[in-house]
Amino acid sequence: MLSGEAPIKIMTTHQTSRLKTFVGGIHPEDDGKHLTREKSEVTAVVPKTAYLLMGQHIGAPCKPLVKKGDIVKKGQMVGESQGFVSAHVHASISGKVMDVVPWPHPITGAKSPAVIIEKTEEDSWFDDGEQPVAFEALSSDDIRRRIQAAGIVGLGGATFPTHVKFTPPKDKTIDTVVVNGAECEPYLTCDYRLMMDKPHEIIQGLKLVLKCLGCKQAHIGIEANKEDVYNLFKDILLNDPQIKIDLVEVKYPQGAEHQLIKALLNREFKPTQLPLEVGAMVINVGTAFAIYEAVKFKRPLIQRIVTVTGDGVDNPRNFLVRLGTPIKQLLDEAKVSPNISKVIFGGPMMGIAQGKIDTAVTIKGTGGILVQKGAQQWESHACIRCGRCIDSCPYGLNPSELSIICEAKEFSLAKESGAMECKECGCCSYICPAKRPIVHLIKFAKGEIVKQKAK
Amino acid sequence: MADQVKENNSLIVSASPHIRDIDSIPRIMWGVVFSLIPAGIASTVVFGYYSLYIVFLSCLAAVCSEMFVLQLRKLPVLSTIKDGSAVVTGILLAYTLPPSVPWYVPVVGSFFAITIVKHTFGGLGNNIWNPALAARAFLQVAYPATINSDWRILNPDKLFHNIMKVDADGKLLDAVTRATPLAKEAGAETYRFAELLIGNVPGCIGETSAIALLLGGFYLIYKRYIKWYVPTCYIAVVFFMAMFLPPRVATPWANNPFYHVFAGGLLLGAFFMATDMVTSPLTKKGLIIFAVGAGALTALIRFYSGYPEGVCYSILLMNTATPLIDRFTKPRLYGSKIKKV
Repeated sequence: MLSGEAPIKIMTTHQTSRLKTFVGGIHPEDDGKHLTREKSEVTAVVPKTAYLLMGQHIGAPCKPLVKKGDIVKKGQMVGESQGFVSAHVHASISGKVMDVVPWPHPITGAKSPAVIIEKTEEDSWFDDGEQPVAFEALSSDDIRRRIQAAGIVGLGGATFPTHVKFTPPKDKTIDTVVVNGAECEPYLTCDYRLMMDKPHEIIQGLKLVLKCLGCKQAHIGIEANKEDVYNLFKDILLNDPQIKIDLVEVKYPQGAEHQLIKALLNREFKPTQLPLEVGAMVINVGTAFAIYEAVKFKRPLIQRIVTVTGDGVDNPRNFLVRLGTPIKQLLDEAKVSPNISKVIFGGPMMGIAQGKIDTAVTIKGTGGILVQKGAQQWESHACIRCGRCIDSCPYGLNPSELSIICEAKEFSLAKESGAMECKECGCCSYICPAKRPIVHLIKFAKGEIVKQKAK
Repeated sequence: MADQVKENNSLIVSASPHIRDIDSIPRIMWGVVFSLIPAGIASTVVFGYYSLYIVFLSCLAAVCSEMFVLQLRKLPVLSTIKDGSAVVTGILLAYTLPPSVPWYVPVVGSFFAITIVKHTFGGLGNNIWNPALAARAFLQVAYPATINSDWRILNPDKLFHNIMKVDADGKLLDAVTRATPLAKEAGAETYRFAELLIGNVPGCIGETSAIALLLGGFYLIYKRYIKWYVPTCYIAVVFFMAMFLPPRVATPWANNPFYHVFAGGLLLGAFFMATDMVTSPLTKKGLIIFAVGAGALTALIRFYSGYPEGVCYSILLMNTATPLIDRFTKPRLYGSKIKKV
């Protein structure tokens, strides 16, 4: 946009106390980001075999379109979405379909159908794509259709199908699109890397989002530990009245919808409500980039940046990973040490610990793989009522009381006390000096409450 | 509870989050012990090494009682002892006793604190009252003569000496008996401000040196083991009530707010007792109500009761009210009842 002009120096000083933020939250002293932050090189990984799960999103799993023995090419649709809330899955490599079998899902643990492709062909696209299109020619529906065709889901980790999100109910208006560039989850730097490498593309993607939603303004939130990103974007957006950008305080969960909207727009809504209630919508920078690729080049979502980090790997770094890559290959590339004790999909605060490395494969929502060598285990004690969990809860719950209620299996009381409002961000468990597994207990109770409701 | 499961290929599977804060119960408890050291040193100077002996006995009795009860309750003994909570109770109890108590008083007190006050309600985290203060109240009833009179202090030239040393007639050799700063009896003396700060005034073992207590208190606030607004509100309420309440007994210091803050057990209570996490409310609002209530009760007891000091009972009363305060000070669920700007 402004590439022809000389970059303008922006004041880098800011007062920490003036930074926008929310009430509550935590910040680990060592957020582990330094492990991968300065490694600017993003290594592309092409797996020999890709395991494409049909359920990589929130909603109904896809129906496999291919069968054993078929030859598929990169970008070819192999799973068709079923129902409204669902997103297509595309082949991430070119090759032969080895099998279509149930495969363990890294997040839910349950087996769901997967298309297994072995790389036998040259790595070329299914269709050569079109010439890049002029955005002006595209209508709102065109953009949404292309997003849907590309199988894009929320890449911040929630994996909600993006085209569904961009079809808000008629009675709701969205005045601001909030862009999450906070990357508050410790250890992960995949969004940081993307923002540093592809700022123009992200902004173009964001403009497409604005057009698609018929929305006039956008607001980007960047955590203050990424001031280089902030300055980079600020330079690009200098003459752009549509898109605002602000530094926000370094605090977890700053990137969560409620907290980011509170910090940037000072609007509050209930934990059970969607940002639509306050006329806002949050998208992740990774999603904005994927939208750009999908709309401009008609490229489906088949790869993303994944941070492989932790003390269990000798060479932590960011990888450009094809969907369905066995994590074993990523761990080998990152020089995994022989005696690891924990492998986590996602970051340390909300990530899911894996039971087996052999079967775990990446999905659309996988932003990081954290490998711990001497994973600590904590013995929990009775609550000593210090109140730190209450101070840290960004949703105004009483985690101390909730955990005791859930431990006693008083599920109806747990529901009354707000168990269903819990977003499982993990601040309470993190801060608890008695090392109580608060989130674990609440998750368990939530499961039971849902089960009882279903009866 | 078993929230960790080892899989066959020895990867740990546990619920998120996978990192935890460095603060733990033992860290906090030993931090509190550390913060109590300055007051201990001050007491050794003005009351002699006998007070150290009382502190030691009190801790020993507390730890032994804890081990005994844990054994009875079939709970892990060693790992629980290491958390330091029994040691904190032992020290705090000793600090609320006169420097010349017989050896069995802290022993009985600690035993009562741990077995009755702490463990009959379920142990650390479940007790309703601060164990040290409840034990102190118990001792006050059980041994009224030793607890309420005989306030000794070493002669200024006999610092570090033995406060218990007597000659053949039972006359004190190195120490004298004097009235405590807050005594309301006729002929009670008024102490100078500097004396109250340093702590060379008669009183309980750990309560006399304002400087030592403030040092420990500020350390706890700096470490965030206690909330700054609890001692602040507590002391502020006593300060202002002392300024304006009409006294029942007209002493020279009756309406001197500074005297009320630095004399007696207020600082020890405000920084180390009222801030006990287990027995105080959970939320900020609740803690402020708690501190204000304790401050008001302390002032009322000091002004209008037969006791010279009200810190102990005021905190115990507010401990009792804690569940009620918690009920009325629930945190606001995010997004509900949004305040209009």
